[in-house]
Amino acid sequence: MSPEEIIQRRVARELRPGTLVNLGIGLPTGIARYIDPDLGILFQSENGIVGMGSRPPEGMEDEELTDAGGSFITAVPGAATVDSTLSFGLIRGGHLDVTVLGGLEVDEKGHLANWVVPGKMVPGMGGAMDLVACARRVIVAMQHTAKGRPKIVPTCTLPLTANRRVTLVVTDLAVIEPTEDGLVLRERAPRAAVEEIVAATSAKLIIPDDVPEMVFLD
Amino acid sequence: MKQAISPQQAAEMVPDGAVLMIGGFMGVGSPHRIIDALVAAGRKNLTVIANDTGKPDFGIGRLIRANAIAKVVASHIGTNPETQKGMIEGRIDVDLVPQGTLAERIRAGGYGLGGVLTRTGLNTIAAKGQRVIEIDGEDWLLATPLKAEFALIHCDRADFVGNLTYELTATNFNPVMATAGATVIAESREIVPVGLISPDNVNTPGVLVDYLIRREAHRVA
Repeated sequence: MSPEEIIQRRVARELRPGTLVNLGIGLPTGIARYIDPDLGILFQSENGIVGMGSRPPEGMEDEELTDAGGSFITAVPGAATVDSTLSFGLIRGGHLDVTVLGGLEVDEKGHLANWVVPGKMVPGMGGAMDLVACARRVIVAMQHTAKGRPKIVPTCTLPLTANRRVTLVVTDLAVIEPTEDGLVLRERAPRAAVEEIVAATSAKLIIPDDVPEMVFLD
Repeated sequence: MKQAISPQQAAEMVPDGAVLMIGGFMGVGSPHRIIDALVAAGRKNLTVIANDTGKPDFGIGRLIRANAIAKVVASHIGTNPETQKGMIEGRIDVDLVPQGTLAERIRAGGYGLGGVLTRTGLNTIAAKGQRVIEIDGEDWLLATPLKAEFALIHCDRADFVGNLTYELTATNFNPVMATAGATVIAESREIVPVGLISPDNVNTPGVLVDYLIRREAHRVA
């Protein structure tokens, strides 16, 4: 399994039947392919659809049916399209069960930074601040390190996306749960040793006696 | 009965330096014919309130490339490097607002509200200079109303009295912007006689709309 596939397949296991889920652009988008359509999970895209489906066949795209990254999508049976105020009402109002997004840094308080690198990359927060501040559960899906540098750090050096503790961090090496006491190492990726995870993490990790290997859906 | 004007007539109404709201999400659901006319008219120093600035030379990105915009209030400019370049070079003033907050600020402007309280952005750099209001022990950020001289919107269908409907994800910011512009100009994919849009299906009532953009030239006279 590639690092991306490990992350995507492990996050897929977190998604419960009948929930409303927002998948961020990029790596999180690919999680949908590991979800059984019979589970009744609905995907939201914040540009205004509940019940986003996969990419349409070549030549059958609708220029007025796209996701938040501007890619062509379809609508699943039962889908609804909404305007931007209602779309964010769903996010802020506690109607969105899970948001899955990428991360630049997560720290020991469980804070996430993922929207700006001052002076270098200033794309804007888009919907990320609303999603992280307000979704019921926030899952960060990211590579454990960037060019060998740990992304799970004692304190975020980049500007925060929200002052809220995220629910879970899933990387290509580990599953980490931010708690009131700190970051708890819950699971390790296939063939990843606890020592390897600790070495790739600059934040302090709380390590239970048993750290089982990740389990994936078939 | 509304007046159907040409994109050029719409552009002539908009003076240099005007404050505009422009609908669309990365160009999906943007009023492209009006945008082209603003570029052709050589407008300058516009302030544009929009979700994003489209892509290079697409959607609002056409106005960026034409150097028509001095200030942007948006949630995201990442899909248009030309906006980021203009910001870094100091040619474009960019005010970044979280997307849900942007939508609510426009709604507050259009619905006659003094502001909206949100958790989004609390204790982040996006909250800089904004008031924090405590209600029953909980902190909220005050998002202030936004209004514009012109709201330039896109819709799927309009009837002769300006009732509008939208389609799929081209809806986005268009309906809320229709409430917050002093003058609202709607560019519709189709204009139909009154009665064809049933009252229950009207998303934006015609009382909010000032002008429709006339249809494109037909193949049959």
